[in-house]
Amino acid sequence: MAKEFIARGADLELKKIRKEFPGFTAIEELDLHVPAGEFFALLGPSGCGKTTTLRLVAGLETPTSGNIFIGGEDVTETKPHERPVNTVFQSYALFPHMNVLENVAFGLRQRKIDEPLVKAKEALNLVQLAHLADRKPQQLSGGQQQRVALARALVNRPSLLLLDEPLGALDLKLRREMQIELKAIQIEVGLTFLHVTHDQEEAMDMADTVAVMNKGRIEQMGAPEALYDRPKTVFVSKFLGQSNLLVGEVESSSANSVSIEVAGNKISVPKARAEKHKGKIAIGFRPEKATFTSKKPTASSSTNIIGPGEIIDIRFTGVSNQYLIQVPGLGNLTVFAQNVGKSPVTELGEKVWISWSVEHSFGLSDLPDTGKVV
Amino acid sequence: MAFAAFSSSKPKGFSKPTKSGKVAIALLAPGLAYLGVFFLTPLIALIMVSLQAPDPDGFIGDYVAAFEINNYFVVISDYFPQMMRSFLYALAATILALVISYPLAYFIGVKARPYPLLQKLMLTLVIAPFFISFLLRTLAWKQIFSNESWVVTTLQQLGLLESDQYVVGTPFMVIFGLTYNFIPFMTLPLYTSLERLDTRYLEAGSDLYASPSRVFRKVTIPLSMPGIISGTLLTFIPIAGDYINASGDFLGSSSTAMIGNVIESNYLISNDYPAASALSVLLMGAILILVAGYVKKSGTEDLL
Repeated sequence: MAKEFIARGADLELKKIRKEFPGFTAIEELDLHVPAGEFFALLGPSGCGKTTTLRLVAGLETPTSGNIFIGGEDVTETKPHERPVNTVFQSYALFPHMNVLENVAFGLRQRKIDEPLVKAKEALNLVQLAHLADRKPQQLSGGQQQRVALARALVNRPSLLLLDEPLGALDLKLRREMQIELKAIQIEVGLTFLHVTHDQEEAMDMADTVAVMNKGRIEQMGAPEALYDRPKTVFVSKFLGQSNLLVGEVESSSANSVSIEVAGNKISVPKARAEKHKGKIAIGFRPEKATFTSKKPTASSSTNIIGPGEIIDIRFTGVSNQYLIQVPGLGNLTVFAQNVGKSPVTELGEKVWISWSVEHSFGLSDLPDTGKVV
Repeated sequence: MAFAAFSSSKPKGFSKPTKSGKVAIALLAPGLAYLGVFFLTPLIALIMVSLQAPDPDGFIGDYVAAFEINNYFVVISDYFPQMMRSFLYALAATILALVISYPLAYFIGVKARPYPLLQKLMLTLVIAPFFISFLLRTLAWKQIFSNESWVVTTLQQLGLLESDQYVVGTPFMVIFGLTYNFIPFMTLPLYTSLERLDTRYLEAGSDLYASPSRVFRKVTIPLSMPGIISGTLLTFIPIAGDYINASGDFLGSSSTAMIGNVIESNYLISNDYPAASALSVLLMGAILILVAGYVKKSGTEDLL
């Protein structure tokens, strides 16, 4: 299987994967399907089980139960060196006793592929490091090592390329550059990429599909835009960008929307965008979708209004101002305003009403742990 | 002084010592004095003795200063078999010690990492034999393998040994003793090297299609090379000059005599000091050349 020189990516399927370590369970139960040729990101905080998932796919760990399929073939019992999978490790793990070229040629030599050095050189060209072929890895910068690690994995044309937070050790500017480069390479080579990261911006920027992992489970999966627009759980709404959450009992429900009452304000969410339609629910909105005005806006069924509140903090971040607004009985809500023209109100202590379109609300399936607003 | 300041040919080393330079010299002095008194002086004395000629008017054991380079040719022709035997035994024992120590050190340094207590216990066990005298332990082995011991009689009954064959005094026994006595010197440097081995390189190797045996050859061995080199040097060098294991009083016999035994008997029995000294100088020279070649070949010159 690994003997062939696979030119196209294969799909990956995890079925009912469970992984226990002595003392804790890293993965509760995981079902995952990554279509061939896709850039798939596993996003989650450290300790959520995403690296364990990656190591299971690479064969460096064995699942306690469940099966792993690559290109339709069950590889659960297959040894790592027999899997058509290559990994770009977080630490890069470049062999210190070999030069850059030999590092890249290592996989080819193991599989006895013709002209390993020629192909290794081509792979180094792809990551624009051919001129450093004779150096030892220790003599390279972090970004260069990262690219060598990428070339060392890519040169084998694996069905599936695993990336374990490969950009984590790079500084912000280099990271953004590498993100663009990595995405371009993925499109060029057409392989399936499984990318593990805790950086939500990185995941949204590069991936076709993002799976948000938390406590050994996948909370939500989908295209980055869809995930951001309609998070389904408190965790996803907070881990992927920022959210204001309002909690209340469902007071009324019409054909298209459900409404709750919080601190004397009626807040609605379209039924199609709500996970739960009765009982106590949490409704959220994104800070940049809301605006605020110093006069109470006229009520309408398509707009949610909260207020009055008091501006207690203003943060200037360049492209936008971030306002922290304290609403009595609710706590603090965040509103972003783009710095396009003059902001409506810029004074601390102003009384304001926050409004946003009902269409931009989302109803969550669970409730935040503490308080009414998070 | 003024002239000296303008003279460009003045070597840097002779510039007026700075304050820190003086401190450095003061700190170096004891070490240099030690080397001078305990290494350089005996070495020169040894070389001078090796060139001495018998005193024509004296008794046996009286020698006078000379430049008798012929001493070297005489000892080489007299003791060539013992010299070869020394290096062969040393080579065999070093290889055996490496083969036995490597898995042991790998287990302690890599596999036992999650169990620090086990690691410490096993390291203690490796060092424990040092608490008993080297001579006693060697004599104990002689006892175990003595001609009337149950080990030998059992081997004879099993037909592994002829009824008139024994173990003590054979090259096997000597190499066995050498290996046994020097194993800790191999295990400890291997352990220090393997203990620092980053297992992520091994994972990277298996991820890149290398089978476990190839990962071992292509990644583990090269990364533990510093330990292998220092371990083999720490065993090979003392074994080549060892005179306990091969001696007839311990595990050997006259047919297993090594260069150390020859030096000992020339010095203490025949009182042929020039021959003993010439053999010592030859042993030292041969080891230096062998080690230099070995280190150069294994590409770890920076170790020395």
